[in-house]
Amino acid sequence: MSESRRTWQDVILPWSTFVSMLAAIVMVFLLAPSERDQGIVQRIFYFHVNLAWMAFGGFALVAGTSIWFLRTGSRRADRLAHANAEVGMLFTTLVLVTGPIWARPIWGVWWTWDPRLTMTVVLWAIYAAYLMLRRLGGEDDTILRYAAVLGIVGSLDIPLLILAVRLWRGVHPAVMLSDDPDAGLKDPLMGWTLLVSGIALALLFTWLVSLRARLLAVDETVAAMHLEGARS
Amino acid sequence: MWTIVRKDLAIELRTGEMASSMFLLALLIIIVFAFTLEPERLMAPEFLAGLSWTTLLVAGTLALNRSFVLEREAGGLTGLALVPIDRGSIYLGKAIGNFLLLLVAGFVLLPLIAILLGTRGLSPTWLLPGVIVLGVAGIAVIGTLCAAIASRTRAREVLLPILMFPLLAPLLIAATRTTAGALVGESASDLQSWLLMLGGFDIVFATAGWLSFDFLLDE
Repeated sequence: MSESRRTWQDVILPWSTFVSMLAAIVMVFLLAPSERDQGIVQRIFYFHVNLAWMAFGGFALVAGTSIWFLRTGSRRADRLAHANAEVGMLFTTLVLVTGPIWARPIWGVWWTWDPRLTMTVVLWAIYAAYLMLRRLGGEDDTILRYAAVLGIVGSLDIPLLILAVRLWRGVHPAVMLSDDPDAGLKDPLMGWTLLVSGIALALLFTWLVSLRARLLAVDETVAAMHLEGARS
Repeated sequence: MWTIVRKDLAIELRTGEMASSMFLLALLIIIVFAFTLEPERLMAPEFLAGLSWTTLLVAGTLALNRSFVLEREAGGLTGLALVPIDRGSIYLGKAIGNFLLLLVAGFVLLPLIAILLGTRGLSPTWLLPGVIVLGVAGIAVIGTLCAAIASRTRAREVLLPILMFPLLAPLLIAATRTTAGALVGESASDLQSWLLMLGGFDIVFATAGWLSFDFLLDE
């Protein structure tokens, strides 16, 4: 089985993730200066913002791999779409966890219906729906096409969603819209910390996706072997 | 395409199953709202818009679920897929059928809810029917696509709202906002970006459904 051989991904991805994550943690906690008004809580921003970008970018990858699957029928594309959705959902969940940890001391509430919060929670629900379809779809291969269509339709929805929530809250300005991320980035070290955290999280994302995609491939092989065993 | 619409409407007109169960469910939802939300506080036009769309969405889920389940039970989809017409037309036919059913429901529900809630301060404009048409069209195009997807799975009744509600989030925001606006006499130019958004949503997802049905009907 070619799947079981160690590839460059097994060496480069975990190690580069490890090193960059370590660097990011050192920068976030030790090097970056504390934000003047918010203090130490603000440091969650370096991970939170990057996680959010990747959560939204992750759905673009789901859509891209879904189109690839529908055009070529490649099983690899299907597995990548599935793996991207799983890791994307994990990252969206982390956004929704890190956000309130910051919001509670700064805004005084865990949650508010700010545009960004609203669209993130709907994105989470779209990811959840996609994975639910995968889970409930049954063994049949046709479900792969159904999932791919949903992946593409979901990605068409996201720009409209962003527009809608902006307009929605634009009409009734929220009281606590002071979450302008540029406000705290006067210090160049803060920018670097954000960048390094972004690289670390992007590598983590890639590594997790490649692990999940491989595991899904192994799953398919095992299922095929079972089927063959049942036949003979 | 129109044959499919006619067939679905003929089934509905003959049995009246869907319309009567949707109507009953909608009525019960309104009663539950009245019990749980203190009716005295629900007289503002915003509540009328929000509660109407919520009720229509939940009751509409029933109809959308049935639209493909009936076909699958009777083997009708396989038959349809064998007919040498464009798959996209099957989608459009189904979507138009659902749209007409939901539209009737919408036009019945809105005044009914207004009466039951005793909404005050209404001055509806000619925009209102247009807004309802655009909003219902959005529910129909997404709902038909999601119902086709969900009908393939084991847990279709559960899966349909799970697929459909998050995708409808932008439409529901726009539909509620424009309906509330049209109810109190805001003009089309006040609501311009919202109306564009409603229309854009309908066009984008009608096209997406039409194109993607090629991948969905291979049995």
